[in-house]
Amino acid sequence: MNPVNYLYLAALLFTIGASGVLIRRNAIVVFMCVELMLNACNLALVAFSRMHGNLDGQIIAFFTMVVAAAEVVVGLAIIVSLFRSRHSASVDDASLMKL
Amino acid sequence: MENLIALLVVAPLLGAAVLLCGGRRLDAVGHWIGTVLAAASFVIGAILFADMLGKGAEEREMTQHLFSWVPVEGFQADVAFQLDQLSMTFVLLISGVGSLIHVYSIGYMEHDERRRRFFGYLNLFLAAMLLLVLADNYLLLYVGWEGVGLASYLLIGFWQHKPSAATAAKKAFLVNRVGDMGLSIAIMLMFAWFGTFAFGPVLEATGETSEGKLTAIGLMLLLAACGKSAQVPLQSWLGDAMEGPTPVSALIHAATMVTAGVYLIVRSGAIFNGAPDAQLAVTVVGAVTLLFGAIVGCAKDDIKKALAGSTMSQIGYMILAAGLGPIGYVFAIMHLVTHGFFKAGLFLGAGSVMHGMNDEVDMRKYGGLRKYMPVTFVTFGLGYLAIIGFPGLSGFFSKDKIIEAAFAKGGTEGWILGGVALLGAAITAYYMTRVMLMTFFGEERWRHAPTPSPAEPSVEPAAETHGEHAEPHPHESPSSMTIPMIVLAFGSVFAGAFFGIGDRFIHWLEPVTGHAHGHPPVSALTVTLSTVAVMVIGVGLAYAQYGRRPVPVVAPRGSLLTRAARRDLLQDDFNHVVLVRGGEHLTRSLVYVDHTLVDGVVNGTAASMGGLSGRLRRLQNGFARSYAVSMFGGAAVLIAATLLMRAV
Repeated sequence: MNPVNYLYLAALLFTIGASGVLIRRNAIVVFMCVELMLNACNLALVAFSRMHGNLDGQIIAFFTMVVAAAEVVVGLAIIVSLFRSRHSASVDDASLMKL
Repeated sequence: MENLIALLVVAPLLGAAVLLCGGRRLDAVGHWIGTVLAAASFVIGAILFADMLGKGAEEREMTQHLFSWVPVEGFQADVAFQLDQLSMTFVLLISGVGSLIHVYSIGYMEHDERRRRFFGYLNLFLAAMLLLVLADNYLLLYVGWEGVGLASYLLIGFWQHKPSAATAAKKAFLVNRVGDMGLSIAIMLMFAWFGTFAFGPVLEATGETSEGKLTAIGLMLLLAACGKSAQVPLQSWLGDAMEGPTPVSALIHAATMVTAGVYLIVRSGAIFNGAPDAQLAVTVVGAVTLLFGAIVGCAKDDIKKALAGSTMSQIGYMILAAGLGPIGYVFAIMHLVTHGFFKAGLFLGAGSVMHGMNDEVDMRKYGGLRKYMPVTFVTFGLGYLAIIGFPGLSGFFSKDKIIEAAFAKGGTEGWILGGVALLGAAITAYYMTRVMLMTFFGEERWRHAPTPSPAEPSVEPAAETHGEHAEPHPHESPSSMTIPMIVLAFGSVFAGAFFGIGDRFIHWLEPVTGHAHGHPPVSALTVTLSTVAVMVIGVGLAYAQYGRRPVPVVAPRGSLLTRAARRDLLQDDFNHVVLVRGGEHLTRSLVYVDHTLVDGVVNGTAASMGGLSGRLRRLQNGFARSYAVSMFGGAAVLIAATLLMRAV
């Protein structure tokens, strides 16, 4: 199968993830969309790795997974504490960082 | 012998140091220390003079190198003295008249509790003035120049409890600064163009220097001379300087310090010889001041201010002569010396009169004093005859020569300058006769109850107000005061004849200043006769006005010119309107420019930055998603740009 198709799929997933981040208010959903974007990147990296015939992309994909795992831990903790303090998971409600 | 030169300066300097640092312990003997050290300076001067007379005319110059002041590569400032015939003349005049005035001050300042300090200042003045005339370079001369300015300031303001004296001292100091600026610029120009400021090299280098450069230096030196010698336009301080004790007026503001400008011009003769334009400026300043001072002298009722006007006018004569070049230098110095005698004598006489009259200075409250003060009357009278140029006395020889030299300048200039000088001689005779008649002759106006007149304070704001309305008891002054007056009167009578007959003074000074015989368009005899004639006219006019008619105690309103002359020909008003007001306007407009333009730019930048950031701040709305949009937007732009660059 032509590896370019994987790239198309990665682009599609990335776009879906990005639109989710921009459009959705629920912090959990936004967070899942961020994960989707990360995995779209991973897919693209692995596809490129296959296309160019070396392992660089695959190694970076592993790194991304490790970082994403760490990010999930921190991100979920933030979301949980946010929800506890204001009884809402809407990202728009957490708008204190302004003048 | 050379090693004695420094002692001339050191002796009075030591006196100043001892008296000013010694404290109250020296109050009892302070005046003797000061007088002895001043006299020591004169004795050393006399020894050096005798030594100088024993040498040939060309070998008389002595130098003493004391130490290197600023020994830097390419900039050599030395403390070195040069004693030639010109310096010698000044040394004898300064230390001689200075010693006499020290003696006089012992009596005059007897009741002043700060007498020790007064003598300290007088010694400081002597040291600075001797340094000025003995220096062998312009930088050291400048040290002395500033030193005499300081001493003058301290002594004018000696009675500092009087606000008028404190103000007068400040005024003198400030006006002198303007002139001093000229001297410092001249020295800088010399260093820039000649690489040195020692007299010898500078004056030799004038031969191969362009006229423009010499004119620039000459004009700056003239500015310096104007400040120190109270010449138009920097003359306004001298009248107010009379606030100081009378011995100070006699020594500093008549006989010596105010003649420093003449010394400077004559010393720098080589510079002026190469710059005819600067010379012309010097003669113009001299001629204008000559008339200016004389007119002011005619209108003043304060005896010291009348004499101050006269000093200004006589120095005008000297400056005029110095501006004439080699035909005038010798006569400028000759008049300077004779003037030193008779004007110091006149001032001491005035001080003696004030001493006997409860410090009254208004001549309208004098009158008929010749009976009560015979010695003062005779010595003052001889000084009077000398200054008006009575044939045979000092002023006759020196002033007549200057008038002759002015005519000898040639052309229209010669006629104008000579005419002005002649006119000045007539006015001199007029105002001095007026002083003489109002003080020593006529009815005894002081016997009337001295009623404080309302018109007077407006005329003479600086007149002393004593509050003593007791009738004065005029009496002759103590011998410590009369003896110096008698000695100076001898000088007033005989100095001119001694110098003038047989051209003695010319032969004496010629090796230093050079001399050229001027040829006036009319014969010398005619000039002399007309000088005497105008003198007689001046005396007659004054006699008709003040001798035949009683002098009113309250000054009459007078003509427009009289009123202007009483206010020093509006010199202070002129300074106020042009300089003070002008300065105020200038600063005000500068402040306005600062506020609107400079501050406007600065504040405008700050305000526009503030406004801009205020608008930018609105982007921080706190919504995480809008930040995310901008991040995506930015990333998209970056990627698009990268792709675009690769495509290109």
